[in-house]
Amino acid sequence: MSSVAKLKIWRGAERDAGRFDTHDVPFEPGQSVLDGLRWLRVNRDPSIAVRFSCINANACKECMIQLDGETVYACTARLEPREMMLTPLPNKKLIRDLVTEIAPPSERFSLSPRPAARGEVE
Amino acid sequence: MNLDPINVDTDVLVIGAGAAGMYAAIEAARSGAEEILLADRSLIGRGGATVMAQMTVAAALGEEVPDDPQAHYNNTIAAGRGLCDEALSRLLCEDAPECIRELDRWGVGWARKDGHITATTAPGHDRPRCVYVDFINTGPAVSKTLRAEMARHQKNIRKAGDLCIIDLIVRDGECAGAVAYHLPTGAPVTIAAKATVLATGGLTRLYRRNSASTNMGGDGYALALRAGAPLIDMEFVQFFPIGHLAPRLIGMDPIMWDPFRYKLGGQLLNGRMEEFTSRYGSDEDGKYVLTRDLATYAILKEAEAGRGSPHGGAYLSFRHCAPAVLRAAFGPVIDRLAANHIDLTKMPVEVAPIAHYHMGGVQARADMSVASVPGLFVAGEVVGGANGANRLSGNALTEAFVFGRRAGHSAGAFVKQTPGRGLRPQDAGAALDLLRSDHSTHAPANMAALIARLQATMADNVGPLRTEARLCQALSDIAAIGAEAGARPPGRPGAFDLERLDWFDLRNMLIVARAIAEAALSRTESRGAHQREDFPDVEPVWERHQTIRQRGSGLQISGVSVPLEPATI
Repeated sequence: MSSVAKLKIWRGAERDAGRFDTHDVPFEPGQSVLDGLRWLRVNRDPSIAVRFSCINANACKECMIQLDGETVYACTARLEPREMMLTPLPNKKLIRDLVTEIAPPSERFSLSPRPAARGEVE
Repeated sequence: MNLDPINVDTDVLVIGAGAAGMYAAIEAARSGAEEILLADRSLIGRGGATVMAQMTVAAALGEEVPDDPQAHYNNTIAAGRGLCDEALSRLLCEDAPECIRELDRWGVGWARKDGHITATTAPGHDRPRCVYVDFINTGPAVSKTLRAEMARHQKNIRKAGDLCIIDLIVRDGECAGAVAYHLPTGAPVTIAAKATVLATGGLTRLYRRNSASTNMGGDGYALALRAGAPLIDMEFVQFFPIGHLAPRLIGMDPIMWDPFRYKLGGQLLNGRMEEFTSRYGSDEDGKYVLTRDLATYAILKEAEAGRGSPHGGAYLSFRHCAPAVLRAAFGPVIDRLAANHIDLTKMPVEVAPIAHYHMGGVQARADMSVASVPGLFVAGEVVGGANGANRLSGNALTEAFVFGRRAGHSAGAFVKQTPGRGLRPQDAGAALDLLRSDHSTHAPANMAALIARLQATMADNVGPLRTEARLCQALSDIAAIGAEAGARPPGRPGAFDLERLDWFDLRNMLIVARAIAEAALSRTESRGAHQREDFPDVEPVWERHQTIRQRGSGLQISGVSVPLEPATI
């Protein structure tokens, strides 16, 4: 028996200039919210930004988002045949859509690094 | 946005923050390199294969039963079906115990019994040799330990997640660093480095069903090819025979049944609930002894004969195990299975082969340098040849540690004798041009859909069982997908643009896919993980490697004899 989940996804690169896009996602019971997002990128809208590495194992812990206002891992939250609201983590710097800055500061690339010591590339 | 590149200067650039890259960074620091930049397209220590590793790491510790590296080496060579690069295999087995003990001192928490590190017997090993962290937590424990150890060298190691390397910079034939972009902003970055270590992992993302992270698209192989380095043994892709197939299971990696088999045995059954591996030359006899290439072949052939499980694989049953036995062996994992409505005492699960690991890779010397590109080093799964035509269980994390440590040491030594020469504008020009490209007036193809198409043709036509017709179909599909993807990334530089990232990934995946398919087409025999249904026998004349280089827009394959070295250490 096939079902449809309605994913209402927050889109945008600034907190106060976003919008919601809503898509229907067909699914088999047991699938995850991340499965739904991955299906949407291949079949409907490849521009949806979501951060993940390990797809299914809940090992990388990169896919933290909010589902109906609760923080979840998209890879272990189950798709359900209803409207599901997906938003970025509220307490992290927004990067785009569902992607936020979740790395500890010491593991981020600095945009103003020490200048190159020798030879500059223009 | 400002598209002037951010310029970074470092002694050692390490690309990829899995076990190999983190170990390389630590060892480079210990070898005296003052500035190390560890870059990863994902977050540090989170993406890639390491964090997914569930259980075994092979090393001849000899704590429970006598063991020595020679025995580990003999098993590795036998599994490699005549194709191991023996110098690399020897290094792998010799250095493994030291790395395992070092990680132990760093607090990784190897499982212990009676005060000593305990080990399990994985298929193809002649004795208990594979250490692990309970419960199926080896990869996360290793990752956490190496991250913590790196913090002790924070004066020397800078870490940069979300930094996507798109090309190495080759200056006068030598590797002089890399061009990258910062994923959260889209900003171009140039990195001048005296030594560069490629530790980007394997290529399982090329296949529809796979066991690793989404960022394992063969980046390192593509970067090396474009920099002029040779790849070796690209036709040997390892399929993990008993990847989870059904029922739908989330929150667990699909290779999770391996640890279950180590600890509990289990029965592999066909769709009629009969044991079947004896039909294909091996009788498991209730034990877990069948090597990965043979098990993959048996499961696929049984399904092809109409005796598969409902979803086209085989059944794996642990119904002989009492609930208390399951609980003792896997603790909280049993609860995660219950959340997926799986009760192993009552039902079998379905399993099928799944892309897992790549035996091929960049051809390297035993110090992990690349002979034809000075300044370039490789580590971990990027290295080709150590495991020949088929890798033993347990040797993947081992090679990440051993080769990572060796590459870090060599890179550290290299920078001491290398004056930094910086970069000239022309050194990074072509890559920067791609990064700054504004193609937003064109309606782009759906890059995510093109990647899915590539994964489908690779799975259907360049999987474990191959024919000339299927391989030619794949090559034709690869060319068509490349034409649709176009020569420039879609859109314009911006924040976390996955369509653009998909294009850069596809650029790498397509050239690597082509290398696999062309090498597989050229090898007219069957050996280990490469099974040609139109050439079913092992041919002695094929006891040699194939190397691949980029020549213009094409790939050139040539044969290399396996060096005949005495099998002693």
